[in-house]
Amino acid sequence: MNTAAKTAAGSPSRAAAAGRLVLRRLGFAVPVLVIVAFGVFLLAAASPFDPIHQYYGVQIFDASAQDVAAVRARLGLDDPVLVQFWNWFSGVLSGDLGISRSMRQPVAQVVAERLPWTILLATTGLVVAVLIAVVLGTAAAWRQGGWIDRFVTAIGYALEGVPPFVLALLSIAVFSLGLGWLPVAGLTDAGSAISIGQVLEHLALPALVLGVSQSPWLVLHLRQSLLSSLSEDHVVGARARGLGEGIVVLRHALPTALLPFVNLIGTRIPELVTGAVLVEEVFSWPGVAAAVVTAATAVDYPLLAILALVATAAVLLGSLLADVAAILLDPRVAADG
Amino acid sequence: MGDVRESVPESTAWESGSGQWRSAARKRAGTPRGGGREVRARIRLWGSLGTLVALVLAALLVPALAGNEGGVHYEAIRLPPSPEHPFGTDTAGRDVFVRALAGLRVSLLVAAVSALVSTVLGAAVGTIAGALGGWTDRLLMRVVDTVNAVPHLLLGIVIVALYRGSVVAVVLSIALTHWTAVARIVRSEVLSLRQRPYIDAAISGGATRWRVLHRHLLPAIVPQAALSAVLLIPHAVWHETALSFLGLGLPPHMASIGNILGDGREAVLLGAWWIILFPSALLVVTTLAVSGIAASWRDGVVPRRRSELAL
Repeated sequence: MNTAAKTAAGSPSRAAAAGRLVLRRLGFAVPVLVIVAFGVFLLAAASPFDPIHQYYGVQIFDASAQDVAAVRARLGLDDPVLVQFWNWFSGVLSGDLGISRSMRQPVAQVVAERLPWTILLATTGLVVAVLIAVVLGTAAAWRQGGWIDRFVTAIGYALEGVPPFVLALLSIAVFSLGLGWLPVAGLTDAGSAISIGQVLEHLALPALVLGVSQSPWLVLHLRQSLLSSLSEDHVVGARARGLGEGIVVLRHALPTALLPFVNLIGTRIPELVTGAVLVEEVFSWPGVAAAVVTAATAVDYPLLAILALVATAAVLLGSLLADVAAILLDPRVAADG
Repeated sequence: MGDVRESVPESTAWESGSGQWRSAARKRAGTPRGGGREVRARIRLWGSLGTLVALVLAALLVPALAGNEGGVHYEAIRLPPSPEHPFGTDTAGRDVFVRALAGLRVSLLVAAVSALVSTVLGAAVGTIAGALGGWTDRLLMRVVDTVNAVPHLLLGIVIVALYRGSVVAVVLSIALTHWTAVARIVRSEVLSLRQRPYIDAAISGGATRWRVLHRHLLPAIVPQAALSAVLLIPHAVWHETALSFLGLGLPPHMASIGNILGDGREAVLLGAWWIILFPSALLVVTTLAVSGIAASWRDGVVPRRRSELAL
């Protein structure tokens, strides 16, 4: 893979092709993001649920009709959807993301406070998943049909059917309550300040759960693509030259198997976001994904629209990165396709 | 899967003696029979079918027979599993065994309806895009790309949250997020069907576009669409469970697996692991049985790699 990467990245035409791909994808991403935001507004406007009730809570019974009307006017709830959307959209273009009604904070502040924690959780989870996949997938394909293979494949298929929140709850029951190794939930212990040790201790279980719940697709895919690359001509050639088994598998077969794997990781980003929503919710992790649930239950359009945009942008970025990586790493990929 | 090399000795042993030349010929022709693989596939199919039938029967019969057994009993709160309550009891003293099976019934029903709606929608979009081509096709495929760019659960949460507590919203939230995979598969199927001589024959025979569509194209995509519907069921179960677990899905009085697990969250912290473990085990076994059936069906109908069809 090293030589391939060197020659590929070294040739200016491929880098230029990757650049063109980035531009084309950005051209696609902008309308998609606008449509997604507009879709959220349309859906919210069609909802029978009145956001003013959430804003006031039970105090709406004491509020006078004028006050309610004034708040409605201030929040712009009486405007038609298109006007609301335009106000919001022009605000976003000028850097004002609006105010989250459920968190009583500017949306920008909510996102800025919570996004880093989600990115931390999601990337740690992804790294865990990829590590599991590379180690177990290689081990399974190496001795196909052996006991490691049977065990890994069976566990993989079984785990595909287990939702992340079940995994999360069971791991809390075992590791936090049963064994008492790790804390149950939250970012830090109650009342203690944020420190690296505290966060790492609280991150371990959610990140492991997220990683393990994402791993079966990656493991099974890597196993399959390693199996097919093990029967390719260059691997047969390497074996025929008498190279050691370790070198054949790790240096000749694995690199070709990893290329489609990089693409798969890119397409798994939506599932990673989904998993993050559920895992954050179970572990009370203070990230943006858990805020989706809060925002949705409160029909908090400004926050919901931004969170939908963040998630969509993450998905588009993930698939873009995967495609760029494929172009740069694999000389066989048609760069202008 | 794909263990061609390894299964050759197994298959000769299995076909004993006279079959040996046949397996060699099959190998040359690129269609090895792979005894172990075939036996395993058959075990998977019948095992999955048997499990699913047993679960569905249990889900239909047990709650009906149990009657009030599954009701609220405040004197029997959070009892661990015992012969009397095989799965234990929950925070309201309800029998988890009866409740989980009743929940399974709700979950499966919602999932099946959602998968059906989703497949019909996806098949319609896919057929129109594939059959009309041109701008319609490009536009519809951009719509598919756009929907795919939003994480399914997020879009589902948005839809469900805005119409809380309604079964229709849950079904729609699943259907509106999962049709894109079906649309893609059906579209590519229609595109390849359009090249077939019998379509040319129908057109040169003077068939209108509509007649070609509903007499020649639609019947041909039914098997693919049906397979997609079954493949969608585990996803739909999963999606419904996740929504209900977050408290956004089915109304609380409809005990679905997701609602049961959502209710059980606090109970786990009190040490009542059985309230979570058994219903989720039931959920996992059910989704595995359905995907086992779907996978056997797919391997029989579409000899393609698993990863290509994973929805």
